[in-house]
Amino acid sequence: MRQTVTPLLEMRGIVKQFPGVRALDGVDLVVRAGEVHCLLGQNGAGKSTLIKVLAGAHPIDEGTILWDGEPISFANPQDALATGVATIYQELDLVDGLTVAHNIFLGHERARGGMTRDAEMNRAARELLATLGHSEIRPTREVGSLSAAGKQIVSMARALSRDAKVIVMDEPSAVLDADEVDGLFRVVDDLRASGTAIIYISHRLEEIRRIGDRLTVLKDGATVATDLSAQDTPTSELITLMTGRTVTSVFPRRTEPVPDAAPVLSVDSLSRVGEFTDVSFDLRPGEIIGLAGLVGAGRSEIVETIYGARRATSGTVTVGGTTLRNGSVDAAVGAGLGLCPEERKSQGLILDEAVYRNISLASFSRFARGGFSNEAAERRAAHDAARSVDVRPDAPDRIIRTLSGGNQQKVVLARWLLRSCTILLLDEPTRGVDVGARAEIYSLIRELADSGVAVVVVSSDIDEVLGLSDRVLVVAEGSVVHDGPSDAIDAAGVLDRILATHDHDKEGAA
Amino acid sequence: MSASLKDPSLTVPTPPKGDRGGSVGIARNLGLVIALVVLCVVGVVTAGERFASTDNIVTILRLATVTGVVAIGMTFVITGGGIDLSVGAIVALASVWATTTGTQAMADDVHWIVIVLSALLVGTACGVINGLLVAYGRIVPFVATLAMLASARALAELIADRKTQILRNQGFTDFFGAEPLGIPVIVIIFALVTVGGWFLLNRTTFGRRTFAVGGNPEAARLAGIKVQRHTVYLYALLGMTCGIAALIVMSRTTTGSSTHGTLLELDVIAAVVIGGTLLSGGRGTVVGTLFGVLIFTTLTNVFTLNNLSTSTQNVAKGVIIVIAVLLQQRIANRKP
Repeated sequence: MRQTVTPLLEMRGIVKQFPGVRALDGVDLVVRAGEVHCLLGQNGAGKSTLIKVLAGAHPIDEGTILWDGEPISFANPQDALATGVATIYQELDLVDGLTVAHNIFLGHERARGGMTRDAEMNRAARELLATLGHSEIRPTREVGSLSAAGKQIVSMARALSRDAKVIVMDEPSAVLDADEVDGLFRVVDDLRASGTAIIYISHRLEEIRRIGDRLTVLKDGATVATDLSAQDTPTSELITLMTGRTVTSVFPRRTEPVPDAAPVLSVDSLSRVGEFTDVSFDLRPGEIIGLAGLVGAGRSEIVETIYGARRATSGTVTVGGTTLRNGSVDAAVGAGLGLCPEERKSQGLILDEAVYRNISLASFSRFARGGFSNEAAERRAAHDAARSVDVRPDAPDRIIRTLSGGNQQKVVLARWLLRSCTILLLDEPTRGVDVGARAEIYSLIRELADSGVAVVVVSSDIDEVLGLSDRVLVVAEGSVVHDGPSDAIDAAGVLDRILATHDHDKEGAA
Repeated sequence: MSASLKDPSLTVPTPPKGDRGGSVGIARNLGLVIALVVLCVVGVVTAGERFASTDNIVTILRLATVTGVVAIGMTFVITGGGIDLSVGAIVALASVWATTTGTQAMADDVHWIVIVLSALLVGTACGVINGLLVAYGRIVPFVATLAMLASARALAELIADRKTQILRNQGFTDFFGAEPLGIPVIVIIFALVTVGGWFLLNRTTFGRRTFAVGGNPEAARLAGIKVQRHTVYLYALLGMTCGIAALIVMSRTTTGSSTHGTLLELDVIAAVVIGGTLLSGGRGTVVGTLFGVLIFTTLTNVFTLNNLSTSTQNVAKGVIIVIAVLLQQRIANRKP
């Protein structure tokens, strides 16, 4: 049904230039009151920049913004908030040291003559949290002590507290469980019914189908399609719009069977008290082993222990016949191991350094002569490695922080390519990476394996583990409960094995 | 069946730490109270009556005023994510400037309030410059205020021609030297600054925003807070407390000198940090700072009463700073 009324928010030809990159290059977005407008696009397509523009955090270089048909400028966050745009950010932009209520009312505190009225704010915060179905979060609690999901709820309450006409939600469901997502959608429905417009960003197509009215697709900083129905547009069409190419299967299959070589990595009865017990497996060159299981099952701990970042309580790790010294990353790296850690930003990257320096981080001494680094050779080699994994943009001097999640992950992969390591441990390699870039990372991992690198992949996405690996180990509560070829088991089978362990435990306890 | 297994209760790496605003906050101050009590016990045991007398307590408080007043201002800057190394130099400059106003040509005619205003103005102006350099010049606070440290003290030397300027304004000495009900005016000023600081940090939007600016500047900006302007206010506030401190120094020594406040920044920052304010910003406590100041001053007093050298005092101070910070980390990391 088409409405002829003036749209609430209309953006035309928005251009935003950053030094060296045109982040937005002609974005059109039309949002009507009382609709849930979904925004789709790969990481790096410009969604984050567009959100910042809407929030007044990035002034635009070209283009017009109409509010209720009138031209308006969002020069700073105060403007945007005063106009009626509130934003729920993905990175959870809260202040850890303040309480829940103070975060919700940050910047628009309930105050008289500069003096805060804490009791009133606490009361109002309690009501807002109750609306969201989370009355168990105390308004006086410090935000730093909340879980990621709790913080997300506080962010939502904050957006609601602004009485906004447009609420931008950047992947609000990423850290929520199914019940919490249901709660979120109830709130979205209420807001829509009351005439609020929602700009909803998510990578999960099933959510967009469930909640969305219309959608706009961004690619490379420009709008490629708009006014599509969120319900009826075929998934294949959306993926084609987002990536610019037709995707048949995201998981590249192995072309030849794993060569029957001697194992390059042998893990024997590895245990760490309180985390995992008696983990054993052999990994052959060119093989990809997937560790499936619930978050908290001990998979990250296992790979970190193999890598020497944690000390094993008992058991051994053997690489090419030599047993590695327990708890020594140095020994592991020397033996040819590489780890792409789970928390890419805090454990894997030096965010304010250039791309090439992040790539050469594990091997820069190779380019040094007598203690003096050879910057030129280092940069050249790192650039080659970056090209081989197709880091975009192709700019080795860019600060890594400005890259999209997918490209950051490729940089971490490039680091180990440059180091020419023979065993790669990948912990959640596609977290925060969008659909299109995911497919690229999958093929990259497969290519590495085909060239003889042995890979261990940890992922919470069962489809990903099964699709990517040759063999799958199901880990539940610190033990390997299943070990077999990944094409001999499906997602339901993996879940069955995990749940069987949990049930068994409960019976044992009863 | 969905293949994505995300249980948010499990994805959270940090365990809930309980309500730090409440219980641990008290625990943290409790540690400070215990430290102060231990010091007092040591004082009574070693110096007896000489320590535990009203006169001596007033002496301790009088001794605490300069560091104390500046430390309250510093609590704001550090909570707001900054640092200021120039406080001692600003105190010197303000004292010299104010005594110059009060000693030259028109000397005798100058009302003492003019001296007070010029000290406050000079202090605040230096703070504003620091704030502008940090907020708008985007110079790291450490460097910007280091530059101010060098130039403010040098400017004081130029103005005073490296001489100590005697302050001969009767009205000024009468006001600041008074002791209504046996309490020196400078101690009352310290008390007022502390109470005002506590109120400002904990009960006003200004205080709220200070925590936000220090804890997560980007979040503060996106919440519509003018982060840069707020940063300038914080340094200006600290500059003003330096002006107040200069007045106290002038009344205690009846001089203005470019050597006043030498290394004051170290005592001030140490007091703020052992009080529990995080050097990384976002958390700060005026009450903690007050305790930090009192602990250091009492320590000095006890050592002096026992005829121990300043060198010994400073070794003890260093040890106390390390112990206090280690204890704080224990408390902050304590499992519920």
